[in-house]
Amino acid sequence: MGFAQRQMPEFDGSPTCVELLVPILAECYEQTGFTRKDIGFWCSGSSDYLAGRSFSFVSAVDAIGVLPPVNESHVEMDAAWALYEAWIKIQTGEVDTALVYGFGKSSAGVLRRTLALQLDPYTMTPLWPDTVSLAGLQARAGIDAGVWDEQAMAGVVNRSLTDAEKNEYAIRKGGSSVDELLARPMYADPLRKHDCAPVTDGAAAIVLAAGERAYDATERPAWISGFAHSADALQLGGRDLTRSPSAARAGEAAGLDGVELAELHAPFSHQELILRRELDLGDDVRINPSGGALVSNPMFTSGLNRIGEAARRVWDGSASRVLGHATSGPALQQNLVCTMEGRV
Amino acid sequence: MARTLQAPVTVAFDYTRSTGPVLGRFFTGLRDGVIVGGRTSSGRVLVPPPEFDPDTHEQTTDFVEVSTVGTVTAWSWCPEPVAGQPLDRPFAWVQVKLDGADGTLLHALDVPSPDDVETGMRVQVRWAGERVGAITDISCFEAVPVVEQRAPASVVETPEDAQGAATDPVTGIITPVELDYLYAASPEESAFYRGLEEGRIIGQRCPVCHKVYVPPRSACPVDGVATTDEVELGHTGTVTTFCIVNVPFLGQKITPPYVSAYVLLDGADIAFLHLILDIPAEEVRMGMRVEAVWKPREEWGTTIENISHFRPTGEPDADFETYKVHL
Repeated sequence: MGFAQRQMPEFDGSPTCVELLVPILAECYEQTGFTRKDIGFWCSGSSDYLAGRSFSFVSAVDAIGVLPPVNESHVEMDAAWALYEAWIKIQTGEVDTALVYGFGKSSAGVLRRTLALQLDPYTMTPLWPDTVSLAGLQARAGIDAGVWDEQAMAGVVNRSLTDAEKNEYAIRKGGSSVDELLARPMYADPLRKHDCAPVTDGAAAIVLAAGERAYDATERPAWISGFAHSADALQLGGRDLTRSPSAARAGEAAGLDGVELAELHAPFSHQELILRRELDLGDDVRINPSGGALVSNPMFTSGLNRIGEAARRVWDGSASRVLGHATSGPALQQNLVCTMEGRV
Repeated sequence: MARTLQAPVTVAFDYTRSTGPVLGRFFTGLRDGVIVGGRTSSGRVLVPPPEFDPDTHEQTTDFVEVSTVGTVTAWSWCPEPVAGQPLDRPFAWVQVKLDGADGTLLHALDVPSPDDVETGMRVQVRWAGERVGAITDISCFEAVPVVEQRAPASVVETPEDAQGAATDPVTGIITPVELDYLYAASPEESAFYRGLEEGRIIGQRCPVCHKVYVPPRSACPVDGVATTDEVELGHTGTVTTFCIVNVPFLGQKITPPYVSAYVLLDGADIAFLHLILDIPAEEVRMGMRVEAVWKPREEWGTTIENISHFRPTGEPDADFETYKVHL
């Protein structure tokens, strides 16, 4: 029922992002009318590898106020997975409200290099394969196989940059045309810079509530109707990079019938094409009205933002059944799908 | 002036990992100049061998030696290599299907430009000068010279040549990991360190509970609100608790025994860690009143090390009641 976000190219502040989280949480309280005393469970997503501060998630809890002690947890993943944990917690009946947040200061290091640490530590990390290069291999595989082409990739970028003009949190915006985008130089052939999400700092939070509790906060909550995540094998050489079976499994488990709008976490343009195929999203499904991850991709909240952006469309009545997706790992290895709906 | 103080920081660790039998076999092969794949239950040969079968989840036991020559199945250009990558000049990342394998191996291809690589091109292993049993024993891949398309790959020293010890199986790898950051203090910490540079100790006060935190925190951990008010503190305080350091460790600057203590500065609500010197270690006690001893002004920087240590003031000990909630 609540969602707040901040994004910027470089955050002039600490790796714990406490200074960002305090106003974000205040915004969540204002949206819902809840105070922190109303929150039954807290869960965050972050990683110390991002900015080099040990136990940053322990420091970050200052932002939520933890004396007397609170019911709190953390995942070393995008906060979309923290949202999953909170949703499970609510399903158990132990709590009926939760606040989920994530934060990350990607600009403190060399993000595409740091992310080599999420790869197989024996046969991949010692080579330091960077995120952009791995995505480039995936894009190449699809181009060579004729599954997509550069025009389709540029089409994704152009729509994203155009939609970003209406998103105050986008750090890259301004659509032009497919031809203009294709005229720009290659960067990591076959990727141009606009095919790759910008390095982004940021934080975000979402408020969950169960049953009648939700109506305390809003007249039109976005009800979670399905929630699932799945992962593919870590070794890239054993799977078809043009597919994402884990995305398809997560989508099937969450239930995709009647989805009108999808916010897809695709940090590289071709990955949106893969996801649309795996989630069987037809041309009538509105994709990424926020502009998606290509216009701002804060590590550890970009997936959470997709769910928040999708939920907003239910709140404002512009959609009645929506999907938020999050990814993690190399080349769409891990995927999460959260479907939400408005109920009359 | 930037809002925050920033400094470069490097985090480094050599990860030592046991390989287990499957990857051990693969790395032993690399050390000996051969590439070993694993056959899965579906009959596919994957390189590196998966530790467990993707379908049956049984441990991989069927090993197959594959060629050191293969075909590029996908590539991407790496225009700006990052530290630790196989090559320090622009190169191509490739997935190579080695002859005899069904899956692909990820590695670098040494070519001068993206015009020199294409899907389907034939490439071969370039071995590292010294092989230790790691993925980096493959220095990178290189194009197979056109005139030698049918010739065997580069000749390598066999374990027999290398004599004795090298025939032991590889059981572990060491992977050095080093990450460079530009580390920023929070705005409140920055004010604290800038204050220290001027010989002042600055904390932050919570606007709700009025507790004073030093070193400062950006938010009050009790109330979850920004600590908005700066507070300058005195340079005297009370030892709340302490320990006597008797154990030598790497980087130790003072000869043990010495005392490391929590000092609650007058006016603060949280104690911070510092040294207690100028008194025999066995005489340090809870409640002892102490004062900051500053280094000479010309040595000051934006660091807590401006305060060399704390020493006894000679005042009577503080009453336990005055600091018991800070233990």
